[in-house]
Amino acid sequence: MKRDTKRSGVFTRRALLIGAAQIGALGALAAKLYQVQVVEGARYSTLAETNRISSRLIAPPRGRLLDRFGTVVAGNKLNWRALLIAEQTGDVDETLDNFSQLVPIPEHERARIERELRRHRRFIPITVREFLSWNEMAAIETNAPELPGIVVDVGTTRIYPYGPALAHIVGYVAPPNEKDVAEDTMFALPGMRVGRAGMEKYHDLSVRGKAGAVQLEVNAVGRVIRELDRQEGTKGQDIQLTIDTELQKAVLDRLGDESASAVVMDARNGEILAMSTNPSFDPSLFNSGVSQAQWAEWTNNRKAPLINKAVSGLYAPGSTFKMIVGMAGLESRAITATDIVNCPGYLDFGDRRYHCWSKGGHGGMNLRDGLKNSCDVYFYEMARRTGMDHIANMANRFGLGVKLDIELPGTRTGFMPTREWRRAQGKAWNIGDTIVSGIGQGYMQLTPLSLATMVSRIASGRDVQPHLTRSIGGVLQYGSKPEDWPVTSVSDKSLHAVREGMWAVVNEQGGSGPLGRLDLPGMQLAGKTGSAQVRNVTREQRDNGYKSENMPWEFRPNALFVAFAPYDNPRYALALVVEHGNAGAQAAAPIAKDIMTEVLTRDPASKRDSPTEQVAALTPPPGVLKP
Amino acid sequence: MSLFERRLIREASFGLTNKLWQISWFYVVLLCMLASVGYVALYSAAGGSPEPFASPHIIRFGVGLILMLSIALVDIRFIARMSWVGYAIGVILLILVLKMGHTGKGAQRWLNLGGVAWQPSELMKIMLVLALAQWFQRATWERMGNILFLIPPAIAVLVPVALILREPNLGTAVITAVVGATIFLGAGVRWWKVLLIVGVVALCAPIAYNHLHDYQRARITTFLHPESDPLGAGYNIIQSKIALGSGGMWGKGFLQGSQAHLNFLPEKQTDFIFTMLGEEFGLVGGLALLGLLTVIIIGGMLMALRCRHQYGRLVALGISMNFFMYVVVNIAMVTGTIPVGGVPLPLVSHGGTAMITVMMGMGVLMSVHVHRNVEFSDGTDEL
Repeated sequence: MKRDTKRSGVFTRRALLIGAAQIGALGALAAKLYQVQVVEGARYSTLAETNRISSRLIAPPRGRLLDRFGTVVAGNKLNWRALLIAEQTGDVDETLDNFSQLVPIPEHERARIERELRRHRRFIPITVREFLSWNEMAAIETNAPELPGIVVDVGTTRIYPYGPALAHIVGYVAPPNEKDVAEDTMFALPGMRVGRAGMEKYHDLSVRGKAGAVQLEVNAVGRVIRELDRQEGTKGQDIQLTIDTELQKAVLDRLGDESASAVVMDARNGEILAMSTNPSFDPSLFNSGVSQAQWAEWTNNRKAPLINKAVSGLYAPGSTFKMIVGMAGLESRAITATDIVNCPGYLDFGDRRYHCWSKGGHGGMNLRDGLKNSCDVYFYEMARRTGMDHIANMANRFGLGVKLDIELPGTRTGFMPTREWRRAQGKAWNIGDTIVSGIGQGYMQLTPLSLATMVSRIASGRDVQPHLTRSIGGVLQYGSKPEDWPVTSVSDKSLHAVREGMWAVVNEQGGSGPLGRLDLPGMQLAGKTGSAQVRNVTREQRDNGYKSENMPWEFRPNALFVAFAPYDNPRYALALVVEHGNAGAQAAAPIAKDIMTEVLTRDPASKRDSPTEQVAALTPPPGVLKP
Repeated sequence: MSLFERRLIREASFGLTNKLWQISWFYVVLLCMLASVGYVALYSAAGGSPEPFASPHIIRFGVGLILMLSIALVDIRFIARMSWVGYAIGVILLILVLKMGHTGKGAQRWLNLGGVAWQPSELMKIMLVLALAQWFQRATWERMGNILFLIPPAIAVLVPVALILREPNLGTAVITAVVGATIFLGAGVRWWKVLLIVGVVALCAPIAYNHLHDYQRARITTFLHPESDPLGAGYNIIQSKIALGSGGMWGKGFLQGSQAHLNFLPEKQTDFIFTMLGEEFGLVGGLALLGLLTVIIIGGMLMALRCRHQYGRLVALGISMNFFMYVVVNIAMVTGTIPVGGVPLPLVSHGGTAMITVMMGMGVLMSVHVHRNVEFSDGTDEL
């Protein structure tokens, strides 16, 4: 008993000690719990929410592009597609085999599907087939029991109902690249497209809209449990263009097989009614991806279908530049409209002889006759008298060789030479350079759009800027009314002198552009031909009876024609370039006549806009249109 | 001398009614409360459904309760005589599990007996407690001083610990060793001797580390730096702390734990059941559960103190210590205090072996309590 007492005493002591240690350990755990749950609780709450909630973006519908009458030229089409959810089918291969009995799946597509199936979790839908037709969808729906895991859903794709006719203006969309995604996370969404060219690119910020967001509760493997919150995005804005689609198509048709470009403008406000470049391309090909063969065909074509020649093609203006020389002379008081220059068929200056297109010469010429006959000697002499500084300055005032506020990306400014430019090159500007500039040759390089701008300003007497945007989101843009544009600083007298000359070119007996004369009763067209050499003609060639039409195509002169109509109340302006068409009077004038006839018959500028139009804000948006 | 001195019962046995009367029904109620907490937690872990966890849990508890009450009525002296037999069975099962057990999560722990997967290491701990108590209960104070007398029980501890380590199951091996050491202390082995043994074992730790499996080493390294590998081995600890921390003071509410219900919390029905309760019922709920567990542990210790014979005292101490180790290791694990170790929360976690063995242990504890005043005739020092 004594021993047991001792033993039990030791046990009691030690059991109490162990019990105390146990209580101490449990107390420490309680303290740790307090630490984790209360002291650090806020931090862990945030982490739990981050775990739980996944925010996903909802793609907004891309805004449409409409023509001036509300016709959709770039729209969205529903894209029915078949998706496969792997976890809903027992045998993926069997489902795909059954599917391909109904809708064939090419070998490489099958490989892609299997690749994506391996890469994604089994509840993530995989696209099996896009752009399903009604028949294919019906086949899928009726055979649904044999197709477990296949679901049909709908997205959107971009369509261009007028395809090639408006490709150069509307541009195209393409899948976004990493840079786009970095700029706007919305582009990470499947099926998103970004504007890559033309108005699709220029107005991309307006038409892309703002992505909505949906807050989803997800579990540890990322499966969506339920939707917690949804904010709808903002639909992209519709853009109304100044283009008349029907006119655009008619113009393009008239250009036929030529490598050519025509710009039709409303002379009073600078709205571009048609801007057709031939040949063109199908913009929807960029949406799905361009094949290598197609790309090679485009880039090897010497008529360059991808280039919008109206804004990117550079041409010597030839005789269409003579109005500028005339006005420069008159405004600088170097000449008067009645000054007479005798044309013997050439002008000798220094040790060079400058030829007129008429070998026999035109005799005595004033400004009106000089324009009417397109007499080169007259303008050689007048350019010499006026000087290059005045000519270049006048050209710039009419939109030549200066940057225009056109919305198309890739627009080129063109080039108007000056004495200063030549000096900066370390060379002297010779009087001879001024003389050839008098007939629109030499160093100058201009776009058809700038020539259309020039003739618009001559016709309306307003410093209009060419533009393609009429309204954004239903709000009429600044520059749609003539009063938005300032009256030109060139005197009425000078303007009238060149207009009269242009009238004579087409309508007077013996004019140089009779093929441009209109057949419409009570309407007259004023115009100017141009035939610009792309290559120097040597004395030897000239002596051997040179004929430009005998040259290889790419060395033949470009044919040009600029015009406005009606003469007594100028409304429409036109610039036309037919590449390597030889002579403006023969190759360009008849086309210009037909186009102008079409324009005047349709009279798009006088028709009412779409009824929803809303006139608003006169303040120009920054950088878009500055008069 | 003893605070709880009672008249010794000299009769060989006493009546069944008397025994039933002696059962601590208060303690049984405490165990029922704990199992009910388990039911609530498992109901939530299944996403608000009694299947597949909560119903089997409560059925198993019912079986365990009957088992416990049956064992409680068995004479403690019979249990004492059978101690070494039980120990031998435990060791054989451990060897069997190494030879033909099936593998789960990279370790051989499970033995298939009659279609039920058993983890013999759980049973082994109780058998070890009984064997050690049997060894020490016949030791005189003088024999305790002889170091040679301590060698057989030390080997009796090391054999199962080594076998469990081979499975490998680090957590259970450590718990087994600690429980064994506790019996040594309770028996009156001098502190310095126990510390010496622990020191020798600690010195062997680096050698043991080299023999650890990669996944065990990963557990230790990710415990030290859980954020270093948030999607790998550290994921469990981080998600458990997030769940507990986001529960805050009052919790997110029953069935509202986002971490648990969205499956961010791994193994929520087994090892991380405490985390789930902490997320849904907050610090208040966690402390209440911890309080209940503390009362059960201290209750066991009090039974040890009230027992009149050395065998009962040591058995009650060992079983309480075993229960305590389950609780401490599990909660320390889910709060990121010690490495994750595959130790369930007794009577709360889903799992058959742990439930049955814990209830068997509780049965032995209750038998000690019922027979606290019996006289051990074969005790050499009981006069």
